[in-house]
Amino acid sequence: MPADVLVIGAGVVGAATAWYAARSGHSVTVVDRGPVAGGTTGAGEGNILVSDKPPGAELDLALLSSGLWRDLAVEVGGFEFDPKGGLVVAATPPGYEALVSLASSQSGAGVETVVVPAGELAEHEPHLTPSLAGGVLYPGDAQVQPMLAAARLLRAARARGATVRTGVEVTGFLRSGDRVVGVRTSAGDLPAGAVVNAAGTWGGDIASLAGVDVPVLPRRGFILVTEPLPRLVRHKVFAAEYVANVASDDADLQTSPVVEGTESGTILIGASRERVGYDRTLSVRVLRALAAQAVALFPVLADVKVIRTYRGFRPYCPDHLPVIGPDPRAPGLFHACGHEGAGIGLAAATGRLIAQLLGEEPPSLDLAPFRPERFGPVVAP
Amino acid sequence: MATSPYDVAVVGAGPAGLAAAAAALAGGARVALIDAGRQPGGQYWRHRPGDLGAVADLHHDLGAFRRLVAGAAGAVRHFGQHVWTVSGSAADGFTVHAVAGDAETEVPARRLVLAPGAYDRQVPFRGWDLPGVHTAGGAQALLKGHEVLVGRRVVVGGTGPFLLPVAAGLAARGARVAGVYEANRPAGWIRHAGAVLPVAAKLTEGAGYAAALARHRVPFHTRQAIVAAHGGDAVEAVTVARLDHDWRIVAGSERVVECDAVAVGWGFTPQLELPLALGCATRVDADGSLVVEVDERQTTSVPGVHVAGEACGVGGAALAVAEGSIAGVAAAGVTSAPASLRRRRRALRRFAAAMHAVHPVRAGWQSWLADDTLVCRCEEVSAGEVRTALDELGATDVRTAKLLSRAGMGWCQGRVCGYATACLTASCTGTAPDLRGVSERPIAAPISLGTLAGDPGHIGQQ
Repeated sequence: MPADVLVIGAGVVGAATAWYAARSGHSVTVVDRGPVAGGTTGAGEGNILVSDKPPGAELDLALLSSGLWRDLAVEVGGFEFDPKGGLVVAATPPGYEALVSLASSQSGAGVETVVVPAGELAEHEPHLTPSLAGGVLYPGDAQVQPMLAAARLLRAARARGATVRTGVEVTGFLRSGDRVVGVRTSAGDLPAGAVVNAAGTWGGDIASLAGVDVPVLPRRGFILVTEPLPRLVRHKVFAAEYVANVASDDADLQTSPVVEGTESGTILIGASRERVGYDRTLSVRVLRALAAQAVALFPVLADVKVIRTYRGFRPYCPDHLPVIGPDPRAPGLFHACGHEGAGIGLAAATGRLIAQLLGEEPPSLDLAPFRPERFGPVVAP
Repeated sequence: MATSPYDVAVVGAGPAGLAAAAAALAGGARVALIDAGRQPGGQYWRHRPGDLGAVADLHHDLGAFRRLVAGAAGAVRHFGQHVWTVSGSAADGFTVHAVAGDAETEVPARRLVLAPGAYDRQVPFRGWDLPGVHTAGGAQALLKGHEVLVGRRVVVGGTGPFLLPVAAGLAARGARVAGVYEANRPAGWIRHAGAVLPVAAKLTEGAGYAAALARHRVPFHTRQAIVAAHGGDAVEAVTVARLDHDWRIVAGSERVVECDAVAVGWGFTPQLELPLALGCATRVDADGSLVVEVDERQTTSVPGVHVAGEACGVGGAALAVAEGSIAGVAAAGVTSAPASLRRRRRALRRFAAAMHAVHPVRAGWQSWLADDTLVCRCEEVSAGEVRTALDELGATDVRTAKLLSRAGMGWCQGRVCGYATACLTASCTGTAPDLRGVSERPIAAPISLGTLAGDPGHIGQQ
């Protein structure tokens, strides 16, 4: 019997979509060419952030998602949800001023913010360098263990009747006229009432199999992992430039310090952004830059050992917004991809919104800014 | 980057690395020799600095060692240096990045010979995390490197010919070896006589250890294994048991043997961090180890990168020397190694294959584990937790099992538990163990953030 919903991608976005759709009573099949959480989900820190987004569509999505994650931590659980809060710091007085002004506008959009003058930073993070101009605390920022989050959501969806098939690659779409009515896979045809493209960084490739253009491209990032330590860093701590880098269109290497402790005792250090395709080569230059910035922020880290590094590919779109919603060019196909570095954080809302659309309920948010056809060729007036 | 790179950088100064450095120097190359140890020799010829004589009786073929050290004397030594990564390509030149304490060194070279060696392959068993339970190689290293006995009454177990010199060494220095428990039946050798006879020295070596064990009245048991260790603060006894063909415990055969130390080894795991960081192609060898694929000239799939010794197939020091010599010749740009050397390599590889054939590790060891037996000691992940990642959380490969259970995510980065986690995964999914998924470690040795951040001192030419 055909599933109501076929989700392509067993990463966190596919998992959240499967969970919300199954919970709404849909029959759901998830396929992934690799294992559970084998793509970008398994290569990030697990951020659920409201701090790094200026007011706008993405912040609204982040706020919705942040609330949903808190619910999921209770409803599903088992993925190390940690509402530890984020602390953004600025090195210079002008940077601090800009940060405080950003915080004030975010506060107007519903984000909880606490301005922290230089003299009070140590109360929140005792090991921060004393040479900072000030910061803003975002109690709403949280973290999950992202692979566990995807695996637990999929397990919960399976408990509601969903089927998860890993090692199954989508090779094409089944069509009835224009309409998408399922997928062709390496394991045969799978008809479905609707298909959700939650293929993350590879979402553009899936879209092109359906004959539509969704420009998702990889933006590489490295993370350094330290030896396990007693908790030295309490929050997710990052520099104000991080917000600018996230929104940047520059292809060249950009790094800004992002430092956070985890439940397992390791400290994660990011963040780098490069547009170099899917090149997996270790870049010593990037690792040095990450280390230097982390030590500048937390001098105590100079003697701490790095034991591991990993890299991943963020799925980014030219306007840095995800693609969420039905594709009018291929009825029956929904997209839920292109979340760049915010995929974990935005997954809950994305899954929920797609489930609402599948159930023909009004979505909790206006999806116009995320519509898949927004990148179409500009027609001269 | 220093402007004048070495012709050849050799990483590892054990049997393979020393031979490679000596051969490359003989071929006219300028050579850098890099090793984590303070003196040459690697694990095989491990000794206290400047004091080889004190442990000469524990060593084999010291004449070869002295010849190789003399041959490699012209290499610029970077000893006490832990290589944390290698980067570059044949076109742009390679850089070996090494760290010693807080100081980082970058060694530039046109070609690389990687001879990283191997360490004990471990399988978990109940109580293996008790103090006093050692790897066979660890017990041997303490003896050769520090003249320290791991205990007064020692039980040796596992599989493979390496158990013999370990037990013989312990007995020679005064430990009571309560028994050697070899899980296979090495009598299977007879079927491989064709592979063994051409390397008769190996037979003499084995016979020598057997005689030493007999002299010290060390009982040698086959098809038996140490399946559990017991004790409070430290090991006080082990349970040994008879095994069936698949290594399941024969019911009722368990026996308790008192001891104050245990040495176990299940063959060896090649150290592949550096070849994998460079993207070298791998294969699975006859002993189930992931090894680097090399051609006749010990060249990997990556141009300019040669690998020699255990990293391209576990086979012992004599084979490592032959491979190292051939790799050194190739890296120096000399057209080809002497035919006699290639014949010797072929004979020793056949011998190694025969060894692997009679000393397999069978999947039945997994049935010895209780659900709460630790698989990953660093992160304290039990066999039950690994199985939960597979059965409940949907992991279908070892990388996912690792990331969902945290097995292999701690200090050792899976060096100890990677093999076991891969085997548990394979048993659950009905596939062959995927060791590649637990062997990639882009940071090959821990490095402090401060050192990583700083500008390294560059090495000029001498």
